Amino acid sequence: MNNAEILIIDDEPQIRKLLQINLESNGYKVTQASTGEHGLSLSASHPPDLILLDIGLPGKDGHQILKELREWYNKPIIVLSVRDNETDIVSALDNGATDYLTKPFRTGELLARIRSSIRRSENAENNSTVVCGDLEIDLIARVVKKMGDTIKLTSTEYNLLALFAKNGGKVLTHQFILKEIWGYSFQTETQYLRVFVGSLRKKIEENPNNPQHIITESGVGYRFE
Amino acid sequence: MDLLSTRKYSTTNQYLISLLLIVLTAILCFFLVSVIGYRAVALILLLVVSLNAILFDIFPVMLSALLSALIWNFFFIPPTLTLHIGTPEDGLMFLMYFVIASINAVLSYKIREMERKERDEAEKEKAIKLYNTLLNSLSHELRTPIATVIGAIDTIKDDQTQLSEENRKELYSEIEIAASRLNRQVENLLSMSRLQAGFVRPKKDWCDLNETVFAAVKRLKDEAKDHKIRFEPKEDLPLCKLDNGLLDQILHNLIYNALLHTPAHSTIDIVLSKSDDGCVICVFDNGWGFPADEINFVFDKFYRLRNTSTGGTGLGLSIVKGFAEAMGGNVRLENIPHGGAKFTVEIPCEFSYNTNQENE
Repeated sequence: MNNAEILIIDDEPQIRKLLQINLESNGYKVTQASTGEHGLSLSASHPPDLILLDIGLPGKDGHQILKELREWYNKPIIVLSVRDNETDIVSALDNGATDYLTKPFRTGELLARIRSSIRRSENAENNSTVVCGDLEIDLIARVVKKMGDTIKLTSTEYNLLALFAKNGGKVLTHQFILKEIWGYSFQTETQYLRVFVGSLRKKIEENPNNPQHIITESGVGYRFE
Repeated sequence: MDLLSTRKYSTTNQYLISLLLIVLTAILCFFLVSVIGYRAVALILLLVVSLNAILFDIFPVMLSALLSALIWNFFFIPPTLTLHIGTPEDGLMFLMYFVIASINAVLSYKIREMERKERDEAEKEKAIKLYNTLLNSLSHELRTPIATVIGAIDTIKDDQTQLSEENRKELYSEIEIAASRLNRQVENLLSMSRLQAGFVRPKKDWCDLNETVFAAVKRLKDEAKDHKIRFEPKEDLPLCKLDNGLLDQILHNLIYNALLHTPAHSTIDIVLSKSDDGCVICVFDNGWGFPADEINFVFDKFYRLRNTSTGGTGLGLSIVKGFAEAMGGNVRLENIPHGGAKFTVEIPCEFSYNTNQENE
């Protein structure tokens, strides 16, 4: 049962109301703040299990609040942003946001993101085997099985898949993946990433043109599901 | 009207040309004066001043009137080569000449001012008319979904009405459709104002165009319920360095436009190809095509086909054009001989042939 506490930091009363009704009817406890400063003091006096943070706040903006929160708060923070601003989203993710949603968002999507973020933060201990639909990734033996059959992957493909699997459900930015797999100096070489994601999809996806596991987040990165 | 365009000349040129005309005429008359007599010369010069008045602004004309009067006095009125005037008749003639030339200049100036005012007013009226049509279509496009949302919610909230579960669901889905329509209009308006303000600067990154097309088609799957969208991925297309976001919007608008303006069960095809210096995206349908006399205007801002029944603000295709041009490309529209319209977007880009991963 979820009776997790969620703090909403958003300056729009209508959005706060909508979120509150939605979350409370799904069993969450909700606190609200209309400014970043208020949100900071609320979360310090009574740390919530998850924070929904609007990027476009008056006064101190969401990016600043995110940085200050991340100095001590290590539970999930989901960032809300307007569409068409990938730079904002990428920088929020790189500054420690767990996930993002663009306004207008669908409630189902919001609840799914909240659930998966909370689940991930609770099961922080490393599982040696990740099971995801028809895929099974054994992180110790470095073996990947699809519907029971072992798939042959090159070492880079495997490293990429393992990185995705360890961060299941979380958006990974292009820069982050490039840095983790290829190293610092490759952070702008997105074509490597495209090529390897393409070949990985051909091996693990049922239909590489309609991927179910490695989902593209346009202009931002990838999400593994 | 053509004559008036001479007023676009720079002021210096206007002075030069009008004075040159006077001087040339004076030289010509100098050789003819023994035949026609010096008084006829005044009339000829007056004619040239009048011509200048038609062609040029008031100051060059006044100057040419003054100059021609002096030239006539100096070179033609006896005693010549002095400004001295011998007889009272010639004195009167000289005075009359100058006054008539000036009146000429002032009158034609006044006429032109009136013309200009009329033209300005006509243009202003045209602008107001355009603004009104725009406002009408926009307010219609924004108000219809808002009215739907408010009306549907009123019905759902009203305890008196006995709403069947089925009807309630239908109302909810109407609200959903209205909201996404509203969202689309706002997106379009924002895109247009970004274009207008010159804020659209492509952020280029490597894209897999096949993936971009699949994503755009997927995003429109609800709207495409009654249509068939065909896309065969082009597997040998290398990665292209493009702005994926702009491209996605271009594809979205082209496909949505086709969905909106073709009858149900029409087929929409998307074909990717590669040109020497970029990628080519074709979106075509088997609908009715565009009326030949309107085909040149469809990319104009706020332009809507005359007989269009479906809504729209006339922004979608102009955004396609704006975004394509922002990436250094272009968009063309042609009718397919056997029916249907074909949009072709060409965008120059860099290709990546980095597909050899066996060397890792």
